[in-house]
Amino acid sequence: MDEALLRSLTPSVLGILVRRGADFAAAEDAVQDALVEAVRVWPADLSPSSRLRSSKGDPIRDPKGWLVTVAWRKFLDATRADTARRRREDLVDEEPAPGPAPAVDDTLQLYFLCAHPSLTPSSAVALTLRAVGGLTTRQIAQAYLVPEATMAQRISRAKRTVSGVRFDQPGDVATVLRVLYLVFNEGYSGDVDLAAEAIRLTRQLAAAIDHPEVAGLLALMLLHHARRAARTGPDGSLVPLAEQDRGRWDTGSIAEGVGILQAALARDRLGEFQAQAAIAALHADAPTAEETDWVQIVEWYDELARLTDSPVVRLNRAVAVGEADGPRAGLAALAVLDDSLPRHAAVAAYLHERDGDLATAARLYAEAARKAPDLAERDHLTRQAARLNARRCG
Amino acid sequence: MAKYLLLKHYRGAPAAVNDVPMDQWSPEEISAHVQYMNDFAARLEKTGEFVDGQALAPEGAWVRYDGEGRPPVTDGPFAETKDLIAGWMIIDVDSYERAVELAGELSAAPGAGGKPIHEWLEVRPFLSAPPTITE
Repeated sequence: MDEALLRSLTPSVLGILVRRGADFAAAEDAVQDALVEAVRVWPADLSPSSRLRSSKGDPIRDPKGWLVTVAWRKFLDATRADTARRRREDLVDEEPAPGPAPAVDDTLQLYFLCAHPSLTPSSAVALTLRAVGGLTTRQIAQAYLVPEATMAQRISRAKRTVSGVRFDQPGDVATVLRVLYLVFNEGYSGDVDLAAEAIRLTRQLAAAIDHPEVAGLLALMLLHHARRAARTGPDGSLVPLAEQDRGRWDTGSIAEGVGILQAALARDRLGEFQAQAAIAALHADAPTAEETDWVQIVEWYDELARLTDSPVVRLNRAVAVGEADGPRAGLAALAVLDDSLPRHAAVAAYLHERDGDLATAARLYAEAARKAPDLAERDHLTRQAARLNARRCG
Repeated sequence: MAKYLLLKHYRGAPAAVNDVPMDQWSPEEISAHVQYMNDFAARLEKTGEFVDGQALAPEGAWVRYDGEGRPPVTDGPFAETKDLIAGWMIIDVDSYERAVELAGELSAAPGAGGKPIHEWLEVRPFLSAPPTITE
């Protein structure tokens, strides 16, 4: 049984049920049930060669048709049970209602619905992973380290929130991209590889809509994912970009990301994800940390600051300025920023160290460690402080 | 999407507004308090924000390693220990503001006279997983 194939069919099967007249929440439950049944009854081998050998009407020949049939039956069963419970007449026909032909952009509509602006970010993420990604509630709960009951409630609440939204309304692709970015960037590492899942979902979105920022986000994800093996040491510690073993970067992923980014940039509709991807591409392009084209990176940060006006971008820009024009210039760029920004102390520590002021750097690294939002970063910053203190005393 | 620990103290927190020890409440007031806590947890589960909640006994011991081949040393409880945790609730919420809002509601649990205790709860963020995108 090919879980990737199964899950890739989720949005189109769900789209067909909704177009036949099923309401979104009930259709989504029915598709989940059908997926669970598929895992149970489908044969292990769904490869093309085994498909040729199979007979007509079984899941191997037509996995999507099988899922639609089973999901529709589950939907009817649930609706009937519900109707009976409310002592109503059974109004549901055995045969599917003649809805409009399945449109090619069902998948896209599902992305819009699951990222609807009325949802909180965590609800949109959970709903997207289930209704578009085909993950089970248990898998999503494990991925975000919350109890299954809590995640079930979060998802059903999200479904209630969007229950009044019309399925064929066009949505804003920017909201979808923010949700996918969150899945990629804030994923915990559990059994479900959320970064890989975010890439899969963004790839699927890129196939459904031609938009340079979708391409930009996909490129950004691929370029960062390429460094994954090099980002952590064998003990789980964080390895900063400059110290990573670049031989462990995934060159296939980098080449794909750069190709997608170049095609997007050629269309001359710049957005924040393309600009972020351009910065990642410049890092990927440098054979060693010393050969990084920091001047160009500063220029991309200037573009990014124009597009987003984010203080975090200006903070990262100060690091790049420090590399391009020296630590004093970096500290000057930092001086105009609010020092309560996350990672401000870490950036200041780094620039002071490069400027030779080890005492200030050590003090700031220790301060940054106290403010660090995650464990790996805190440990990394504490080690930096300890390293400088040992050097000063030794 | 961030987890916070809401910590309730037996000792060590600033004094509550309605600061009457629980053993001096009426039985009905104690029941009302317990009901409020249960309802609060149930409501958070419905909103998809509940992770865990536990209460701790006030009495505990201090334990430390005492060298190779020796049993751990136990001691205490020490009366001079300033901080004593009574229990916790872990929530998974979209923002710090939401964590503070929920802690405020939890602090409104009824105490003596059926009036809110206004006790001080400690709100502590969890250290999360590192983000993938760093530059």
